[in-house]
Amino acid sequence: MHEVSKRYGARWALVRLSLTVRRGAAVLLTGHNGSGKTTLLRILATAVRPSSGQVQVLGVDPTRDPDPVRAQVGLLSHAHYVYEDLSGLENMVVLTRLLGEPATAAAAAMERLGLDPRDDRPVRTYSAGMRRRLALARLFLKQPAVALLDEPFVELDPTGVSELEARIRELRAAGTTLVLATHHIEQGLLLCTDRLHLDQGRSIAA
Amino acid sequence: MRRPGLLASTWVLFRKDLLLEWRSRARVNALVFFSLATLLLFSFALGPDTALLRRGAGGYLWLALLLSSVLALGESFRVERENSSLEGLRLVPVDTRAIFLAKGIANAVLLAALGVLLVPVLVALLDVRIVLPWARLLTIVGLGCLAIAAPGTLYGAIASHARARDVLLPLLLFPILIPALVAAAKGTALVFEGDPMGQLPSWIALLGGFDVVYWGLGVVLFPRVIEE
Repeated sequence: MHEVSKRYGARWALVRLSLTVRRGAAVLLTGHNGSGKTTLLRILATAVRPSSGQVQVLGVDPTRDPDPVRAQVGLLSHAHYVYEDLSGLENMVVLTRLLGEPATAAAAAMERLGLDPRDDRPVRTYSAGMRRRLALARLFLKQPAVALLDEPFVELDPTGVSELEARIRELRAAGTTLVLATHHIEQGLLLCTDRLHLDQGRSIAA
Repeated sequence: MRRPGLLASTWVLFRKDLLLEWRSRARVNALVFFSLATLLLFSFALGPDTALLRRGAGGYLWLALLLSSVLALGESFRVERENSSLEGLRLVPVDTRAIFLAKGIANAVLLAALGVLLVPVLVALLDVRIVLPWARLLTIVGLGCLAIAAPGTLYGAIASHARARDVLLPLLLFPILIPALVAAAKGTALVFEGDPMGQLPSWIALLGGFDVVYWGLGVVLFPRVIEE
């Protein structure tokens, strides 16, 4: 991305930010609350458009043609993208069908994240950690070429954190490009090769 | 891995929308009782003149459906706002036309079921007689509910971003629906009272034309509406 800015009303979330991430690299994104980490990830995921500047993801300009980028990118967001009145498995089956994957992949993805696919309770009754695991199962089901993880360790118990670290290492071994935003810097440094620190929407040396 | 096309995605999302409606039966029940209460209020407001009530029965049916549709349409997008599920669908990515078609058809099915439920109530409450074949009535109910659902789904998506969404949706929707409302009410009245002048096909054609225009507009405009 080159000279990218993003404004929400009168507030600038990103200011002329330039960033290049090599394929297969793992970038740790750090910064205080409101520093622009989430906005940066959301622009890369095509969830929002930049106010100005140029973005290319996997060689494609997502502001012109977002769908090829979306097909290759997975975003773990603060919102979990699940339906509260459906069970975890029902949520995952909808996604597998939309991705053209076999329905069995849904249960397998849940099990890999420590969720029981036979649990037919609606997601509304899930704990915060279980919702996070379900959101992660959605992301891993997609097998993205670029994984954008916004505070992935939040709400997870220690076992969940260890399991997630293992899954992230698997992603990296498979060549997935990773951008990970977290306040858990030591954990992030163990998983990432590069670091970008944001302050009030600007990049500063870490 | 081959991603599904427009029709297959629409089918997946339509089933998801119906499943969500089924799971939230308390909300559906509220919709039924609201529409029944609306019909009752019309009959109380107009007094005991049964001839007058019978003449207006078609209009009451469609006003009850129209008022109930605001609740149904608003609710269908509240479910998508929760956990930003609509954004989740965009990022899969899903063909946004499939999101519109699935949600629009699910809304139309819900309203048509409500309409079919209200007809016997009209018969019992207002002493309405169904003179023409049932199939004509079902055709008008189906086309009329499709007419509410297409612009309703489009404007529901627009209003869902607004703070005053509960006020905005009827303000946007009701003026647009006037031709469809007139056609559906007139057509229903003809089914109830007989059609000696053969006017029914014209009203059905008007409803059909309205549906074609607004479903077409919805397919074209909805992707622009839900992108930032």
